[in-house]
Amino acid sequence: MSTSTTDDHRSDEAAALDIDGVTVIGRPSDVEIISGISLSVPRGRILGLVGESGSGKTTLGLALLAHCKRATEITAGSIRIGTTDLLAGTAAEVRALRGRGVAYIPQSPASALNPALRLRTQLREALFESDDAAARVREVLREVALPDDDAFLDRYPHQLSGGQQQRVAIAMAFIGRPDLIVLDEPTTGLDVTTQAHVLATIRSMTRTYGTAGVYISHDMAVVADLADEIAVMYQGEVVERGPGSRLLSAPEHPYTMQLLRAVPLLKTDGGDHPADEAKTPVLTVRGLEAGYGRTNVLKDIDIEVAPGDCVALLGESGSGKTTLSRSIVGLHHQFGGEVVFDGAQLAPSSYRRTAEQRRRVQYIFQNPYEALNPRKRVRDLILQPYAHLTGGKVADPDSVVATALERAALPAAYGERFPEQLSGGERQRVCIARAIATKPDLLICDEITSALDVSVQAEIVELLRNLQNDGMALLFVTHNIALVSNIAQYVAILNSGRIVEYGPVGTVLSDPQHEYTRALIADTPDFELTFADSPMHKSIRAAEKEHTAVEGGTKRPE
Amino acid sequence: MIRLIINRLFFGLVTLFAVSLIVFLATQALPGDAASAILGRDATPERLTALREQLNLGDPVAVQYGKWLLAALTLDFGTSFASGYPVAEYLAPRLSNSLWLMAFAAIIGTPLALALGSFSAMRRDRGVDHATSMVTLVLASLPEFVVGIVLILIFSTGWLSLFPPIFAGGSGAVWQYPGQLVLPVLTLVIAVSPPIIRMMRASMIEVLESEYVQQARLKGLPEKTVIRRHAAPNAIGPVAQVIALQLAWLAGGVVAIEYLFRFPGIGLALMDAIDARDIPLIQAVVLLIAGVYIVVNLLADIVGLAANPKVRVSAK
Repeated sequence: MSTSTTDDHRSDEAAALDIDGVTVIGRPSDVEIISGISLSVPRGRILGLVGESGSGKTTLGLALLAHCKRATEITAGSIRIGTTDLLAGTAAEVRALRGRGVAYIPQSPASALNPALRLRTQLREALFESDDAAARVREVLREVALPDDDAFLDRYPHQLSGGQQQRVAIAMAFIGRPDLIVLDEPTTGLDVTTQAHVLATIRSMTRTYGTAGVYISHDMAVVADLADEIAVMYQGEVVERGPGSRLLSAPEHPYTMQLLRAVPLLKTDGGDHPADEAKTPVLTVRGLEAGYGRTNVLKDIDIEVAPGDCVALLGESGSGKTTLSRSIVGLHHQFGGEVVFDGAQLAPSSYRRTAEQRRRVQYIFQNPYEALNPRKRVRDLILQPYAHLTGGKVADPDSVVATALERAALPAAYGERFPEQLSGGERQRVCIARAIATKPDLLICDEITSALDVSVQAEIVELLRNLQNDGMALLFVTHNIALVSNIAQYVAILNSGRIVEYGPVGTVLSDPQHEYTRALIADTPDFELTFADSPMHKSIRAAEKEHTAVEGGTKRPE
Repeated sequence: MIRLIINRLFFGLVTLFAVSLIVFLATQALPGDAASAILGRDATPERLTALREQLNLGDPVAVQYGKWLLAALTLDFGTSFASGYPVAEYLAPRLSNSLWLMAFAAIIGTPLALALGSFSAMRRDRGVDHATSMVTLVLASLPEFVVGIVLILIFSTGWLSLFPPIFAGGSGAVWQYPGQLVLPVLTLVIAVSPPIIRMMRASMIEVLESEYVQQARLKGLPEKTVIRRHAAPNAIGPVAQVIALQLAWLAGGVVAIEYLFRFPGIGLALMDAIDARDIPLIQAVVLLIAGVYIVVNLLADIVGLAANPKVRVSAK
């Protein structure tokens, strides 16, 4: 299988990974999941592999360890780790190379660490030479900035935080000093501060060991920060590949441009200033305190949302932002304080609110894969709450469904589909359609883009902006600060149950007063620094500004 | 964790109390005269009076129950009508025989079922897996006495004649006659195993698809280690409840099997007692079976809790 190209690579630079024409097909349909991919990564370098879900990037990542998910198969190509061809080897040879030649860092360490085994067992078994295994385990734990004492090694995965779990997964991958490391979206489930720590760890580890890395992600911003070279995958093929700086400043393939455009940029330069005129708020929260049993989660929460405004609730996991939004909508009723909606006090439990109040406050859930009943058609999903909240019979169900779908930018024909026939982005649109079908005045969006790709996220944000222009009030819960600067007029920054900073987005982000806000901004990947100044992006921004100016002129004559 | 166990134990006792109430009401406190119902055609005025006295039928129902329960707490279930022995004395050797039978079935059946289920899961969608699925489905749908009869037909009659069709026993404990135990134990194993096999297969398939098993494979661990260390312990957790249900079922399941093989245990004693309308004996056996049921479930709960590191660690 050895061709002249692989020899060339070896002569100029020792390639840690060299793959040629790798094709993976699915059984029994024989569809090519990835087709004819050729890449090489030199030692000590990181290749960013970017693409949306379904582009085959995880399939490729697993193929690098000669592993195939169920019902898939590598049918062609060669994968060389150092000088060994992985696909030509026997099962035993492949096994010997895993962990030592090539290691894998999974997307969600919470499910990739065995819940029933202590960290000691899981770390040690990754090491084959047993001479000084204990010492090596401690060494690698220190390198990822985790405690190396016995008490820590005796812990189970559930006793660690998400960031610690991911660092254990990193330690587990580096423990055998591999030549190549495959990282499959290792920071997706983490908040920005933890993500910044984990990325720094990965960077320093690859430098220390001279390990080559393949970093898989759908988020251009993270990759731009970390990778030396970037390959863009689309529908199972690498459509563009080049040094990071070149790819960001002068992308060639239209899909690459689309991906770059989708990344929300953190605007710290003032941003949109909300209109000065005082509007009557539709929702006023005063002195809200909430908790679970005896544990207090939220304290002294004051928030106001006016019609046509978007208030972002920004905080990391565990800050209480979901508890707050659930309290407002009446799903969580162990709270005290005032929630006033349109002049009337709302009862804590949604059961005690009137149908009219419930109709006017709608909620969109974080995960569209779990928020839709898989046995109902889209049409019924939209009509059921509508019929219930507007009191009985629906005069013209077809037009209700069609209007709702249209406002969520979906074709009316989607009404006949089942959720499983929709993509993640389309599912979330259906959730939005279901919420806006009842014509609410306040929409609470709980991390509604966090389960979606960056490119889909941009479309959803655009959709929300249009709703907002129609006068709907939004409470947008998120952990993504860049997203806040793109959609909201006001931001409330939530840290361990308290609002530490509250004000217009432009003011808060350009001149943060609280140190927590400053830390959040500092930890967000500096995508703007590498990309925002590029000629391509400047032209996009200019076009966007023009566009919004025209739109604003026509839409708001008053 | 101690707290959880005490909690479960408490609920076990409450259940047992409820069972005792139902047993008492169903056997002794039904409308009409229990004594003449029991004696039927054998009723003579003297025997009726004697029986009424023994069962405290002259007292109000609540008092009858109280007296009966207090006596039961000291293992005094009265005297068996049919044999004339005190019930406790009569049942003790039979209980130990039944427990032996159940223990053999459990010790052989559970590991076998777990292994078969895992094996089936590891060969998912292949011939072995399909065959196992079919056979367990068929066996699960057959009542245990049918299985027993088929086994007798195959192994005890005709040209095979390997094992005796009934348990003749002898003077020693039951385990001293392994040849005679084979068929009853085998029948119970076949009756108990199918749900465990199917559950273990489903659970194992889920675990084998999990990311931590994939991660273990990607670490380069040998398949044997992946299965033994990573997959199996996590797969058994959800199956524990099914095992408990099945083993608890054994307590009731032995009744038909013991009757079929004439095995001298509590099941056979219960059948004979029902024939003879031997009320004290029936009450005692039913309470015993309920007790075994509750204890086995409690044990399964404790094992399940202890196997879950989250519960175990948080209890420290």
